[in-house]
Amino acid sequence: MSDTILEVRHLSKTFGTHAVLKDVDFTVRKGDVTSVIGASGSGKSTLLRCINLLETLTTGEILFHGESVTGGKINQSAYRARVGMVFQNFNLFSNLSVLENCVIGQVKVNKAPRKEARDRALHYLNKVGMLPYINARPAQISGGQKQRVAIARALAMEPEVLLFDEPTSALDPEMVGEVLDVMKGLAAEKMTMLVVTHEMSFARDVSTHVVYMADGVILEEGPPSQVLVRPRDPRTREFLKRFLG
Amino acid sequence: MLGQLFSDIGAIWARYGTVYLSGIGNTLLLATVATLIGCLIGFVCGILQTIPCAPGDPLLKRVLLTLLRGLIRAYVEVFRGTPMILQAVFIYYGLPYFFGVTFKDIWTVSILVVSINTGAYMAESVRGGIMSIDPGQFEGAKAIGMNHFQTMLYIILPQTLRNIMPQIGNNYIINVKDTSVMFIIGFQDFFAVHKMVSGAVFKYFPSAFLEMGGYLFLTLLASFLLRKLEKKLQGSANYELVNTDQLVMTAGNYQYPGAAPYEEKSRDYQGEKP
Ligand SMILES: Nc1ncnc2c1ncn2[C@@H]1O[C@H](COP(=O)(O)OP(=O)(O)OP(=O)(O)O)[C@@H](O)[C@H]1O
Ligand SMILES: [Mg+2]
Repeated sequence: MSDTILEVRHLSKTFGTHAVLKDVDFTVRKGDVTSVIGASGSGKSTLLRCINLLETLTTGEILFHGESVTGGKINQSAYRARVGMVFQNFNLFSNLSVLENCVIGQVKVNKAPRKEARDRALHYLNKVGMLPYINARPAQISGGQKQRVAIARALAMEPEVLLFDEPTSALDPEMVGEVLDVMKGLAAEKMTMLVVTHEMSFARDVSTHVVYMADGVILEEGPPSQVLVRPRDPRTREFLKRFLG
Repeated sequence: MLGQLFSDIGAIWARYGTVYLSGIGNTLLLATVATLIGCLIGFVCGILQTIPCAPGDPLLKRVLLTLLRGLIRAYVEVFRGTPMILQAVFIYYGLPYFFGVTFKDIWTVSILVVSINTGAYMAESVRGGIMSIDPGQFEGAKAIGMNHFQTMLYIILPQTLRNIMPQIGNNYIINVKDTSVMFIIGFQDFFAVHKMVSGAVFKYFPSAFLEMGGYLFLTLLASFLLRKLEKKLQGSANYELVNTDQLVMTAGNYQYPGAAPYEEKSRDYQGEKP
């Protein structure tokens, strides 16, 4: 349970003069389901994007199985293929069908044979309940369905960690449940996940670890029973009061 | 009056019809091939111009990329900013002058000139098309580990192609008409036939009338076919729901232990405050 997959060390990120992340340190272990919570603008998305190298770090480093992925030695594309990402706005490839969305990365990046890639895509699409829609294009399905396909696309790469950036925030309330159900299922299968979320019930009931961020630093982290129920920091308490009432 | 005109046209057509037709054939072939090659040039420029360049990259890479972008910029400005008729003369006489190559075949040089000219316009269209794609598409591709070329080839350029079809159509129609300037280096297109025939029979207007009608017919036809192609690229408006049972069979070699607990929809998370 304690093999470390990802280590973020002294990560800082500035946009111009705006310090968005300040010396952030944290670790993701195999099987962890980590919820990252915090006010809007606290740097949660930026943290996730830095981990997936969608942003270049200003200082600090990220270690994947103990090896730095920011030093230029490791192939960044290969690393990204091992770390899945689910976006708030889905980012499904709009020129491809639902099935092709889940096949293309396997074939082009992982160099899987097409038949095998197709079977694996179908397996994961089945898992998220999107099998009937494999011929649809992204513009033709609902938001909740898009997000489930996006999860299947990420899973089909068989990554070691899945990053989620507010996966339900762009959804109509009635579609939130279907996506959270899928994520809950993944958690039950011990998929390692790092989830930026405003869904406090997910953080409380599903995650094994909660990180509270404010103004670019991690103020508090620990098991949900501690961070969410008996927060030490007054700012965490203030934040939770607004959310949990 | 009109009777006279049509009888003149009839007479010209009876004698030179096949020559006009071969002119039309040459015009269409040149315009089509050059537009296709021009598009290819445009897309290649698009891929090369958008190679990402981070401040942390090695100096050599950054210098090369800057150089490459400058070259493409210069290419676009030069060939967009000068008349094609001059470009034709320039290349036809210039290449032998500098490199000692003479063109045995007028087709080669004509295709070269029109392609390079079209490519300059297409490079700009493609650049604009790429800029109009949602940045999320790039990030989605990056996030599953695609490199720049894979992202461009499989995700971005297909969407760009669909978006810039109207501009490609524009260029094609312009090429059908403007390949007429290639008569300057002796290319036998539809317009060159007019010069030849009207010079031989001294009937300028009837031949010009025939040419006008001919060009208009060609461009209308092209316009119609391009719309069809555009429709086709948009893809079908409907999709078929797939019979789930059959698919589960094909995917059946992935049997995962334990039923997924979330398949019977649990609604625990519905009561969330927004
Ligand atoms: N590309 C960028 N350029 C400049 N500033 C940026 C950029 N991306 C993010 N920021 C700034 O960084 C700060 C943190 O943004 P981030 O998106 O990480 O916040 P967040 O915690 O994810 O917020 P939310 O809950 O609203 O998604 C914000 O103040 C934002 O304005
Ligand atoms: Mg965010």
